[in-house]
Amino acid sequence: MEQHASVDWDIIIKPRQAWWKPDLREFWHYRDLLWLLVRRDLTAQYKQTILGPAWLVLQPLITTITYTVMFGLMARLPTGGIPAMLFYLSGIVPWTYFAGVVNKTSRTFVSNANVLTKVYFPRLIMPVSTTLSTLFSFLVQLGLLILIIGGHAFFADFHWTPSLNLVFLPVVILLMTLLGLGAGILVSAMSTKYRDLGFLVSFGVQLLMFASPVIFSPEMVSRNRTIEMIFNLNPMTPVINSMRTMFFGGALDWYGLGYAALASLVLLMTGLAVFQRVERSFADVV
Amino acid sequence: MSQDGTPRVIQVQGVDKRYRLGQAGGATLSEDVGAWFARFRGRPDPRIPIGKEVDGQRVGTDFWALREISFDVHQGEMLGIIGRNGAGKSTLLKLLSRITLPTTGEIRMKGRMSSLLEVGTGFNPELTGRENIFLNGAILGMRKAEIEQKLDDIIAFSGIQHHIDSPVKRYSSGMKVRLGFSVAAHLEPEILVIDEVLAVGDTEFQRKCLGKMKDVSRAGRTILFVSHNMTAIASLCSRVIWLHDGRIRMSGPTNEVVRQYLSTYNEHGESRTWQLGEDAPGDDLVRLTGVTLERGDVTEVLTTATALRVRIRYHNLAIADNDLNISIHLYNGEDILVFVSGWRAADPNSPVASGPGSVWCDIPADLLSPGDYRVVVNFHRNAKVIFQVEETIAFELHDVKRNGAWFGKRRGVFSPQLVWGAEAS
Repeated sequence: MEQHASVDWDIIIKPRQAWWKPDLREFWHYRDLLWLLVRRDLTAQYKQTILGPAWLVLQPLITTITYTVMFGLMARLPTGGIPAMLFYLSGIVPWTYFAGVVNKTSRTFVSNANVLTKVYFPRLIMPVSTTLSTLFSFLVQLGLLILIIGGHAFFADFHWTPSLNLVFLPVVILLMTLLGLGAGILVSAMSTKYRDLGFLVSFGVQLLMFASPVIFSPEMVSRNRTIEMIFNLNPMTPVINSMRTMFFGGALDWYGLGYAALASLVLLMTGLAVFQRVERSFADVV
Repeated sequence: MSQDGTPRVIQVQGVDKRYRLGQAGGATLSEDVGAWFARFRGRPDPRIPIGKEVDGQRVGTDFWALREISFDVHQGEMLGIIGRNGAGKSTLLKLLSRITLPTTGEIRMKGRMSSLLEVGTGFNPELTGRENIFLNGAILGMRKAEIEQKLDDIIAFSGIQHHIDSPVKRYSSGMKVRLGFSVAAHLEPEILVIDEVLAVGDTEFQRKCLGKMKDVSRAGRTILFVSHNMTAIASLCSRVIWLHDGRIRMSGPTNEVVRQYLSTYNEHGESRTWQLGEDAPGDDLVRLTGVTLERGDVTEVLTTATALRVRIRYHNLAIADNDLNISIHLYNGEDILVFVSGWRAADPNSPVASGPGSVWCDIPADLLSPGDYRVVVNFHRNAKVIFQVEETIAFELHDVKRNGAWFGKRRGVFSPQLVWGAEAS
C-alpha cells in the first residue's frame, strides 16, 4: 500500500465512475477516430449508388415538390406570404436534420454492438460522429435552400432582402444539434433495455413533424388554442419558425428560442447521464 | 518499484465480477416502471417470484464470474492466462480491456493500453482495405499521423498489397484477418492485452504473428496473453496465471503451471462414468454416460504396442436419433491435437435406438508416440456440434523395446510401424 502513492497510474478501472464528468481529455485523444468515423459515414453511405451524393439534394427536393403539390396546390394551405416551395423546403431542411440526428444516434448501441463489446474507446465518439456527418449533409441542404431562394429572387416575382437576423443562424443550428443529440443518446441508452423504443422513435419523430411548423404555418396553428399549445411544446417549433424568420423576414421569437435552449440543455444532460450509465453495463446486458 | 527492479505497470486488486442471471431487466417499460414505483412506496418489487427471498440486493441468481482476483504485472513481462472454458478468462480480459467494469476491486494500469479481443474490429465492408486500416487503427487508439507513418509497413506485413484499394467486402476471411492483425501488430502500446487471435490464419502467418509478439515484448512492452494453446503459451510467456472457477488456482513460472494444469485432465484415469439424470452431460435428446479405455489385461502397462479401444456410452432419450454422430479428439501431453475421428464416417449405417447404447473406436498398436494423452468427446447432430466434453479419460503410453530399433530422443507426434523394404540393384 505504501508504494501506491509513488506510482501515477494512467488508467484506473473501478466499479463506479462519476457520470457527471465525461473524460474530455480522453475524448480529445480520440479526435482522429471521430473524423474518420464522420468520413466513413459520408463515404460508405453513397458507395454503389449511381447518383451518389446527389441524393443529398434530391431527397429534400422531391419531398418539397410533393408537399408543394399536395398541401400548396391541392389543399391550398396558407404559407404566410412565402412562396409555397420555399416555405416547405425551409421547413423540410431543418426537420430532416433534426430527425436524422435523432434516428441515427438513437441506434448507437444497437447497431455498433459488435464493436462496443470488443474494444474500448470513449463511447460518446459514436453519437457525436453520427451527428457531425448528419450536420455535413444538413449544411449541403442549407446551401441548396439558399440557392433556391436566390433563384426565386432572381427569376420569379419574389422580392428578397436578407434579414440581419441571419447572424443568429449558427445559434439555431446549434440548438437543433443539441436537441437531436440529446434526444438521440437518451433513446439509444434506453433502447438497450427496452427494444420497443427503437421502433417507437422513428415512428414518433415522423408524427412529431405534424406538431411542428414544417407544413402548417403559425397563422394556421393559432386558430386553435389546444393545437397551438401542442405546437409550442415542441422545441423544434421555435427553431423552424426562427429559421423562416431569418430568411423571409419578421421578428425572432426569443421566448421560444429560450424555451428550445432550455429543452436542449435538459435533454442533453439527461441523455448524457443515462448514456454514461448504460455504456458501462452495456457489455453485460447484450 | 518491485524487487527485481522493473516497475509495476498493472495492478489488479481484489477484483470480483458478478453477473445477475435472468435479471437483465424487466421485459417491458411498464413492468420496470411498476417495480420502480412499488419500491418508491416501500412495497416489495412485484416482479419477484413468490416464495423467493426478499432482501434488497440478493434477489435473482448471482453468478460470480471472477472472485478475489489480485495480481501484479511488471514492465516487459509476458503473462499468460490459462483455464478451461468458463473459468473466467474472457471476463478478466473484458475487465482489463475496459469493456465492462468490476463489481468490486480496482485495476490500475500505467501507460497506454490496447486490447485485441478480435482482429479487424469495426471493419466497414464498403470501404477499401486502406481506408479500413485508418478506421481500425483509430478504433484501437492510434493517431492518424501514426497510422500514416506506419501505413507502408502495415500493408507489407499483411501481404495483400494488390488488393489494398478494393473494398473489404471482396476479401476472403483470411485476408481480413491478415489485414486486421497487421494493424494490431503495429500498435505500439505499453501494455497489450491479447485474446486467442493467433488461432486464425495459416501456419506461416501465425509464425509471423508470434515472431512479432516476441519483438514487441523484447522492446520492453508488457503483454497479457490469453490462450488455450499451451504450445503458444509456453513459447511466449514467462509467467502464467491459471484461472479455475473464477479464482486464481495457481500462478508462477510457465512450465510449472502448465504441467499442473494439463495434469488435471488425468484426474479420471482410463474410465469415467456419469449418472443419467444427475451429472450426465448432454441435451434433451442424448446424454453421455461413460468413456472407457478397453484393453485385454488391465494390469498390463500400456505401451505404444498396445491396441486400444475407446468406448463411449450414451443414453438416447429420444425414440430414434439416426442423425447423431460422435467423434473423439485425441490430445497429447503438449496439448497438440493428434487427430480427430468421427464414428459416422467409418460406420454410417448403424441405427441409434432408444435407451442406452455405445460406440467404440479402435486405435491400432504401433501408431502413437509414447507419452500422455487425453480424449475429448464431441456429440454432433446434423453436422453441428451439440455438446463437447473436455474432461473424459486420459492415459499414458510407455515406450516399448523393439528388436533392433532405436528411435532416438526426437520423436514425432506419431511413431507408426511403416513398411520398409530394401533391394539390391
